[in-house]
Formats: sequence, structure tokens, C-alpha cells
Amino acid sequence: MKYLIKGGRVIDPSENVDGVFDILVSDGKISEIGSSVQVKDAKVIDASGMIVAPGLIDMHVHLREPGREDEETVLTGTRAAVKGGFTTVVCMPNTEPALDNADILRKLKSIIAKDAIVNVLPVGAITVGRLGKDLTDIKAMVKEGIVAISDDGSSVEDASLMFKALNGAKSAGIVAIDHCEDAALSGKGVMNHGFVSTKAGLRGISNESEYKRIERDVGLAEKAGARIHIAHVSCKESIEVIRKAKKRGVNVTAETAPHYFALTDECCATYDTNTKINPPLRTAEDVAAIKEALADGTIDVIASDHAPHTDCEKDVEFDFAPFGKIGLESSLGVSVLELILGKVLTWKQLVEKFSTNPARILGLKSGTLKKGTPADIVIIDPKKEYTIIAGLLESKSKNSPFVGWRMTGRAVHMLVSGKPVMLDEKIL
Amino acid sequence: MSQKTIWTKKDLLGLEYLSKEEIEHILYTAASFKEVTTRQVKKVPALRGKTVVNLFYEPSTRTRMSFELAAKRLSADVINMEIEASSVKKGETLIDTGRNIEALKIDIMVVRHSCSGAPNILARSVKSSVVNAGDGWHEHPTQALLDMFTLKSKLGRIEGLNVSIIGDIAHSRVARSNIWGLTKLGANVTVCAPKMLIPEGIEKMGVKVTSKLDEALEGADAINVLRMQFERDSGEAFPSKLEYFKDFGITKERLKKCKADIVVMHPGPINRGIEMSSEVADGKNSVILEQVTNGIAVRMAVLYLVGLVKEGAR
Repeated sequence: MKYLIKGGRVIDPSENVDGVFDILVSDGKISEIGSSVQVKDAKVIDASGMIVAPGLIDMHVHLREPGREDEETVLTGTRAAVKGGFTTVVCMPNTEPALDNADILRKLKSIIAKDAIVNVLPVGAITVGRLGKDLTDIKAMVKEGIVAISDDGSSVEDASLMFKALNGAKSAGIVAIDHCEDAALSGKGVMNHGFVSTKAGLRGISNESEYKRIERDVGLAEKAGARIHIAHVSCKESIEVIRKAKKRGVNVTAETAPHYFALTDECCATYDTNTKINPPLRTAEDVAAIKEALADGTIDVIASDHAPHTDCEKDVEFDFAPFGKIGLESSLGVSVLELILGKVLTWKQLVEKFSTNPARILGLKSGTLKKGTPADIVIIDPKKEYTIIAGLLESKSKNSPFVGWRMTGRAVHMLVSGKPVMLDEKIL
Repeated sequence: MSQKTIWTKKDLLGLEYLSKEEIEHILYTAASFKEVTTRQVKKVPALRGKTVVNLFYEPSTRTRMSFELAAKRLSADVINMEIEASSVKKGETLIDTGRNIEALKIDIMVVRHSCSGAPNILARSVKSSVVNAGDGWHEHPTQALLDMFTLKSKLGRIEGLNVSIIGDIAHSRVARSNIWGLTKLGANVTVCAPKMLIPEGIEKMGVKVTSKLDEALEGADAINVLRMQFERDSGEAFPSKLEYFKDFGITKERLKKCKADIVVMHPGPINRGIEMSSEVADGKNSVILEQVTNGIAVRMAVLYLVGLVKEGAR
């Protein structure tokens, strides 16, 4: 089957393309890009007025399978991914049991083969059971397709173990995705430490708990000569640490999530447990620093940190609720709102953060519209207006602080490996 | 002007959420009920046919008793429920408990909880009125209201008074409610504590901050001395009782340097010899027992006002 995507504004930073072109997809691959491609036997997808980009890649997603299928599954999570414009999601290993060995990864792969409607790439745990004690067999997990290692959800407290892990990742040729948090400094904190936590009478989590650990691990990566990717950066001091490390040539990249540039800790003052996130929502000053870091390239990637939790888990006292929020279906909309309409990034830069850079960091072949590559393509209507409604979300869990927000800009069509998975906002 | 204020809120969650006029309205209403509590028959039919539940997730004898008396003196029926907060995780959730209580057609839930914000979460899940009887470190609005009521009855006004709050500000809901209430009514508030017990950004609530007791006492018209909880959070941050008394304890000698008619308050229960000496606690400046008495009138006013909010407004 051939598809001709006609008349859209094609943005592909990997090929330095930004202009109105037609794209021909045949045999699952991108076969031609040109000003006026004429083919008789192709199904035409009208993309006029729309943005055509390499499929978005969310490199920080919790799909919860296996173990917490009440919160999310590979099926529901990848359906949410489609609505969000993502042709690839990278799933974190804090499942039950953790993704810490070849066997469990094979099991997950069979679930993915059966249920996933976009590409799902797993991350392997750094330590067995994510307990921070014994290193996993990284090379064995790479054979089963992991694209990175991470103990996401917790930090590796033992510095010497982290150093070994970074060396292991280096020799396996993959990146370490680092959840940076000093557990002792976070203590029993439930929100950002500051005036709002004082007002609300809630225990705070300081910026130190994040950036001190980034300092440590960037130093370890530098010594090991390994690649390190800092997950969910939330505060201005962290950005300073990363900026300096990049300047002196450390192989470090970083991501942030939309809630860190769209929301502040003021949101926690109403005790809405969907605003209980780790790292916590910070201050307006941090939000400004995150936006600046996105614009100047210190932050390479926008990832959702999609963390589904059921209503039962969230409808409790703020202290008792689990950390996390969903994000697959709101990431793009919130980013357009805050970064495009807010004049922080150009569309080209946004595509870099959402596709080109994650692909580069993870060493994927996707994230490009280069001729001959598998056709993972998203077509975004940048003017499409909609409201985020809990009942309409594909995700099994509805724990989003963005419910009720009015958005502009949404994925309307999508092809994964040349096969349409969504047309006119309908999942096929 | 406050007489004209119409009370419309179904809940009392904290003084942060009230206007100056609403706070004054409660204090005026409390003054009327104060008279009732001095009568031979201390009961009015103001909430007859209404039911109040005291839902206490944290042990408290005095606050619970005060609310119970207040409700009974308004002729409401009262039920007491004590639930151990630690068992909540395993058992019924707060919201489920609230909805079950509501199904029993209860009009007002008085809630005490160790988690900050628990009454806020409950209030948006039920149609019944929710009155915060103290939540975590967040607020204890009726305590601050009775403190202000006592202050006003002693000194005739709140506006322009210099009030110092002394003690574990970081872990005190009484401090937060007093700060909101007093600043809204135009008092000059100073908070005084060891540095480790002053929470981040507290000055943004419109208070002066000091760690020197002398600075807090100088020129003060009233002091509100907080309870130090050495067995809990206070002790973690400031472990030495003796050192605390030496630096922050209110003694007769220290009081001598203050205004002669300085009003000394304490939300109770007092740790004698830690926050203040017995001489001060029982001395002529102390209004600690009057606070307890006034607590009933203030809580009557609060229950009365939220209890009369029309069903439709809920």
C-alpha cells in the first residue's frame, strides 16, 4: 500500500528540512519527498495547513505492564500514545516485577507484539529489583532489546554502584537514564519546599535533593566517559549543573516534562493529588529557567513521565497519594500552548525535543523523514482546538492536572512503519 | 458593616480562605453566643434537628469536648467518631468515610486529621458542611478565632495590635491560622522561633521574623506561646528542652520588661517549665483559661453559621 501525504509543512530537523512538500510512503518506508509528487495508485492524506513531522518519541513512559494492569497496559498506553502523536514510547522498568532480566523482557516483548499499536522500547533496570544493591546483567538485557538502563522511580544511592553501572552502559553501548534524587534530602517530602509548602503545611522536597545528585552522577559519567541522560529536570540549579557539564564536554543530555514548564507549586495549595509529582512542581522562577534551558539547548528532550495511577490511589489525603501524573495525551498540547504560542521555541525546535533528539540519544533509526527509513510519521493540526476531558482519554488512568485545559494543536493522522494507526483523530 | 455580611460558605477550612469581613462576622456572632454561655440554662435551639459528627483522626480531648459542648448548646445532636489515622491506609478511605457519614444525613462534620489538607479534600467530596478542627501543620481556624476573640475582649480591638507568636512555627497549624486571621484584621504580627523551626518563606505571609525572644517581646501587646512537641516534629529540629526554655521560655523576669498589661495566650496543653514558667501560666497576664471558655462561644458561632447555609448553596 502506498500513501501520499500531500501539501503539509514538512519539518524534519535531522535533514534540516522545513517547507511545504509531499511525502510518498511505500512498502512501509519513506520513498520520496518532493514539491509535487505524482503517484496514481497511492491513498492521499491531505496535510494542507498541517505540520508533517517524524513520529514523536516519548522517552519516559510508565506502561505499568506487567504487574499494575489496573493502572495502565501496553494496549491502553500505546493507544494514549497515538492520540498524543507518539509513534514510539520508551517504557520504564519499575513494573512488578521490575524489568531487570532477559526473561521478563522476553515476556514483555510478547505482550508488546500482541497489544502495542506503536513502537515500544523497554528500558532495563540498573539494579536487581531496583533495590540499589546488585547490578543487573546489562548485556543480556541489550540482547532482548533494551535501549537504556535506569532505576527510574528511585536513584541509585550507592555512588560506586552507579559508577559501575555507567561503565556497564558504556561497554554495552547504551545510555543511562538517571532519576536524580537524594532520598535522604527528599525525606518524607510531598511537594516543593518553599513558601507554598509552608502555607499548605506540607513537607517539602528541596531543589538540593535533585541537583546535588545530578552533580554527583555527571561527575561519575565524566570519569567513566559514559553517556548519561538526566530524567525529568525540574529546577534551575539542576539546569546550571547540566549547562556547565555540557560546556566542559561531558556526554550529558537532559529532559524535562511539560508540567515543569506549565505548572508551579501553587497548584498543590488546593491539595489536588494529581499535582503530587516527583520531582515536585517548582516555582515560577524554576519554570522560567526550564524555558530558557529549552530554548538554549541545555535541555534536549521533552518527555511526559507518563505515570498512571487509579482514582482509588489518588482520591486520598495528599500525604498518602502516590507521586505521578499521566501525560501522553497532553504533552504536545501543553508544549504548543506554553512553548509555541508562548514564543519559547519554533516548531522546528519543538520537533527536535520531541523526536530528533530522543532518537539521537537512544541511538534509534527513527526520528527522521530521510528517504528509505521506516515511515513513522505524525501529522499535526497546529490550529486544532480541544479541551482535555478525563472521560475521553485513552489512558486507563485519568490522573492529569491538565483535565479541563483548553489546548491548541493536536496530532490528527499517524503512520507507524508506513501503516496508518490514526486518521482524522480516530485510532484505526 | 460586618452585621450586614451574609455568611455563604458551607465549610470552614481555614482563615486563609476567609475575608476580613467574614472573620469579623464570626467574631460578632461569637459575642452573642458568649452571653448564652453565661446564662443559667446554657442552651439555645439554634441548630435543633441538626446533627454534628466529630470525626477525629488524631486524638484530642479538649478540642473535641469544646466542639461537642458547642454543638450541644446549640441543641444539635452530636456523634463522636475516633479513627486511628494509621489504620486508614488499610481500611476505608477518608472520602468513603465522609460519604457514608453523609448518607446518615449528618449536617456538619468536624474534622481533625494529622494530614494537612484532609478537610479540604473531604469538603469537596461531600455536601455536608466540613469544619476544620486542625489538620496537620496547615490550619486550626477555630483556635485562631478564639485567640482573636479573647484578644479583642481583653484589649478592645485587633487592628494595630502588636502580636508575637512564639514557638514551633514550622509545625504549628495554630500559628498559620493566627497569622492569616491577625494580619487580615490589621494586627502587626511577629513570629519568633529557633531558626530550625521557622518555615521557608513565612515572611511572605506578612509577618516579621525573629529568633531573638527580646525582639518579639518588646512592644508586644500580646503573645501567643505555642506548645513545643518534643516527642514529635519540634524535637527533631530542636532537641533540647532545657536550652529551649533558656532561650525562648516565658518567665516572670522576661515579662517584667514587657508592657504591663501584655496578654499572654497559649493554645494548650501547656508544657510548664518549657514554653513558660508556672508563674506566667497562672499569672495576672495569662488568659489561658479564658481562651478555653471562649472556645465554646466561637465554635457555637462557626457551627451555627455553616449549619444555616441553605442546602442549595452546598
